[in-house]
Amino acid sequence: MPHLDAAYNLARWLLGGRSEAEDATQDAMLRAYKFFNSFHSGDARAWLLQIVRNCCYTWLQKNRKWVDVDELDDESVPREKDTPETLAIRVSDRERLTRALEQLSPQFREILVLRELEGCSYKEIATITSRPMGTIMSALARARHQLRVLLTDPAHKEARLEL
Amino acid sequence: MSCEFAHTSLHAYLDGELDAAGSADFNQHLQTCSICSAALGKEETLRRALEESRLYSRAPAGLKLRIQESLPGPSADKGVRGRWRWVVVVAAALIAATLSWRQFGPTDRQSYDRAAMFAAVDAHLRSLQPGHLLDVQSTDQHTVKPWFDGKLDFAPPVHDLAANDFPLLGGRLDIIEGRTVAALVYGRRKHFISVFVEKSAPDASWNGSGQTQGYQWTAWIKDGFRFCAVSDVSAADIEELKQLLMQH
Repeated sequence: MPHLDAAYNLARWLLGGRSEAEDATQDAMLRAYKFFNSFHSGDARAWLLQIVRNCCYTWLQKNRKWVDVDELDDESVPREKDTPETLAIRVSDRERLTRALEQLSPQFREILVLRELEGCSYKEIATITSRPMGTIMSALARARHQLRVLLTDPAHKEARLEL
Repeated sequence: MSCEFAHTSLHAYLDGELDAAGSADFNQHLQTCSICSAALGKEETLRRALEESRLYSRAPAGLKLRIQESLPGPSADKGVRGRWRWVVVVAAALIAATLSWRQFGPTDRQSYDRAAMFAAVDAHLRSLQPGHLLDVQSTDQHTVKPWFDGKLDFAPPVHDLAANDFPLLGGRLDIIEGRTVAALVYGRRKHFISVFVEKSAPDASWNGSGQTQGYQWTAWIKDGFRFCAVSDVSAADIEELKQLLMQH
């Protein structure tokens, strides 16, 4: 079963819980199997991850965990502070990174997960997230900026939790 | 302070998405622009932190099985192609059966069992890959046993043997020769022991022990279940575990 780990990893980061991620992955795999005829050639991983993403977003909407942000909006994010801490995020600080990633909106989270954990190219990310190729770089830049803010500004972290 | 390049090229450079000319241009720019080189340094630190924090979640071992079982089988395919596929499958199975009958014969049960033991050793080896050892992690037999409910058509006997230096670590579903079996995982010092359990009719041939690929295995039958323990512990250790499980 190719790309099962990739599918599960994306679902896990989008949905949070293990059992939700398993259900969404199973659902996506069944759909992929059913609609395999519509896949002719090209990037099978991107094609599958697109299905996984759709399943996850459907789940988020159904369970009202959906934050309706069409645009990747970071107007409200303050400028990150250039403290020494900002410059040296402790390497391998798994818990802190996990918490910060979980506080990002799904749109920012997915783009970071796809790029940094899954190693997808901009083209693949554009396919998976149905965004124009030209917007991927700036979306990634903003996602990284937000992640760094969440990592270095605990006060802001609390504010994000309220949303 | 800002720099136009930091907005247009920095992330594409970081992600290896610039073409050769663009990449060379940005490289040159980095030599003279302190804003961009500082910004790049920050991005690289973040990337390294993400890379080194093991944030990737691999699919649990049981999930693959669950999905495979939920996929529509060939019987759902009512097309002519589906029926032909069955003819091919049945024919291949007949040929394989004939060949193995000739090779091993009905009297040579030992060979057949050896194949099962080798499959058990393979399953144990597979489980040692990162993230595959346990689907349910618990030292409590009352947590591990109910975990198998609904996943198997039998309830495997589960006993914690921590008092005998074989602590129960958890369990998982596994597949041996195409059959779904329960796998209980016990610890022995720093070693792992997989005990595979499945339902069985009385089968005198499921009995014996040996070594393959450096792993010990031993098989026995008890109360309508057949067991096979596999590990890299000593033959004496694995025999001791067998005796303990036989007593329970």
